[in-house]
Amino acid sequence: MSKKEMIQSDIGSVLSAQEIAEIDAELAHIPYKSGAAIDALKIVQAKRGWVSDECLQGIAKYLEMSAEELEGVATFYNLIYRRPVGEKVILFCDSVSCWIGGCDDIKSKISNVLGVDYGETTADSSYTLLPVPCLGACDRAPVMMVGDDLVTHLDDKKITELFGSAANGSAK
Amino acid sequence: MEKVLTRNIGLAQKPTDLKAYEANGGYQGLRKAMAGMSPKDCQDVISDSNLRGRGGAGFPTGMKWSFVPSDDKCTPGHKYLVCNADEMEPGTFKDRLLMECDPHQLIEGMILAAYTIGADISYIFIRGEYLVAIQRLRDAVDECYAAGLLGENILGSGYKLDMYVHPSAGRYICGEETALINALEGKRANPRAKPPFPQVSGLWGRPTIVNNVETLCNIPHIIDRGADWFNGLGVGEDAGTKLFGVSGRVKNPGCWELPMGTPIREIIEEHAGGMQDGYQLKGFLPGGGSTDFLTADHLDLAMDYNVIGAAGSRMGTGTMIILDDRTCPVGMVLNLIRFFAHESCGFCTPCRDGLPWSRQVLQDIEEGRGEPEDLETLAYQVKYIGAIGNTHCALAPGAMEPLQSALKYFYDDFKQHISSGRCPYH
Ligand SMILES: Cc1cc2nc3c(=O)[nH]c(=O)nc-3n(C[C@H](O)[C@H](O)[C@H](O)COP(=O)(O)O)c2cc1C
Ligand code: SF4
Ligand code: FES
Repeated sequence: MSKKEMIQSDIGSVLSAQEIAEIDAELAHIPYKSGAAIDALKIVQAKRGWVSDECLQGIAKYLEMSAEELEGVATFYNLIYRRPVGEKVILFCDSVSCWIGGCDDIKSKISNVLGVDYGETTADSSYTLLPVPCLGACDRAPVMMVGDDLVTHLDDKKITELFGSAANGSAK
Repeated sequence: MEKVLTRNIGLAQKPTDLKAYEANGGYQGLRKAMAGMSPKDCQDVISDSNLRGRGGAGFPTGMKWSFVPSDDKCTPGHKYLVCNADEMEPGTFKDRLLMECDPHQLIEGMILAAYTIGADISYIFIRGEYLVAIQRLRDAVDECYAAGLLGENILGSGYKLDMYVHPSAGRYICGEETALINALEGKRANPRAKPPFPQVSGLWGRPTIVNNVETLCNIPHIIDRGADWFNGLGVGEDAGTKLFGVSGRVKNPGCWELPMGTPIREIIEEHAGGMQDGYQLKGFLPGGGSTDFLTADHLDLAMDYNVIGAAGSRMGTGTMIILDDRTCPVGMVLNLIRFFAHESCGFCTPCRDGLPWSRQVLQDIEEGRGEPEDLETLAYQVKYIGAIGNTHCALAPGAMEPLQSALKYFYDDFKQHISSGRCPYH
């Protein structure tokens, strides 16, 4: 599909009825349509995992803004994903208290076991590894989120428990 | 000491629902205000309480609220109260606790704050990773609507307030209050020029107050028990209690509610249990990643805004990060500057281009490629990036605070990296 055709395609064929209903609920307390831009991106991402070009065009059209403007918004925020991510996103805290607590070594261990660096997704699409600012759990450093769960007091043993180890062949 | 903000918070205890919160005296402040206090009465109590903002800058809360124009002095329309629950300052972990463990305390504080400033719509702008807090706050807001504590005609007073829990889509800069407002408006979170200040022209161009979670959690208690009581809680110059935290290589890292003005030594040695065996305290950031280092010489200072200020640092968020004698100070500053460089919103040049330059110089020094003139370069960067007014917001000057103080207190460490061509800590 060319870009122009995409813009002209029917919003309803891109966004689900439920997504549109959820966006409408946000619009009810927002004075301008484009004011729901971030909410709409999050709503669409919630079920699909990420925001495809097609969805971006659909949202932009629904909110009566240009796709370029919405892209500027989408790419500003680190929790909006414009590329496919794995089933679970690992948000790995690399801020100061976790750094003092040795998070660099833990990060190397994860990369080693899963075979991915920051920004990459495992071959089986289980995990995407991303750095994240201080997760507000510095008293339990080092920490990370795996999907919806906060995992604290990270050490090699915990990483092995969670992801297996490269050596025993259970790495993803 | 009497626990105020954390009185419902115990490790073994479940987070409070509406029933448990009310059983322990919750919504007493709100009932008192709705039954017989005008917004002006509330404003006077908060001003007299000398409550200062707990988000980092310590601005007097009563004064901030007083800048909101009264209805006869602005065009008709909405006014907004926004709770800043973005908590992303490196080393800060206090608002999470308040929201996860006692969501109704924050909501009661917000209703009272909104009533005082005449707001009819309120938002909790909360970082997206705080999933537990988001869910508990949403449940608590639902309970309040069902019980007549939110919505139309709150407790029969005729006052109306709506409240929305708004998870953020990320980025540290969203914690800056005007960037936060842009994010709430669905835009890129670049800070706004001030003036106009949000109190006059904020969300959607309407009068808006942005307050930190901990600030707002104080409000119900002050309204319920009065300004004199609150002033009496501090043991130094400042009023009230504060959540103080310690992270790094101490025996018992954590977060405790203590009187304002508690000596730093007591926080680190008693509550955090002192340093782990085999480690010495070399320095510490008293209030998060964008505050200046202090050292062992400062341990007997009181945690009061002006005392810490006079020592060359800031109270910030009140959560300390300890640098021990086996952790490289250059490496620690590099970690912080890398964070700030990454989180720059890109709007102004000293920050967008200056912070990556600082990061590069620090990385060269840490990795053994440093040259003697690098120290002059760092001093130059501190001078120009750190000066308030050279940048569009306080992110970049904040980033320079740990760097400038590290150069002051740990200069020999920098020099040793350069002269020996390696990091002596590795
Ligand atoms: C870069 C930057 C990040 C900030 N992040 C936060 C934050 O996460 N939470 C917060 O309450 N205040 C943060 N602030 C301070 C806010 O701009 C604002 O001063 C504060 O929310 C006011 O609330 P208070 O008066 O209750 O302290 C930040 C400021 C800057 C410059
Ligand atoms: S100082 Fe940094 S974060 Fe603040 S406006 Fe300038 S570029 Fe953006
Ligand atoms: S530095 Fe990692 S949670 Fe705060």
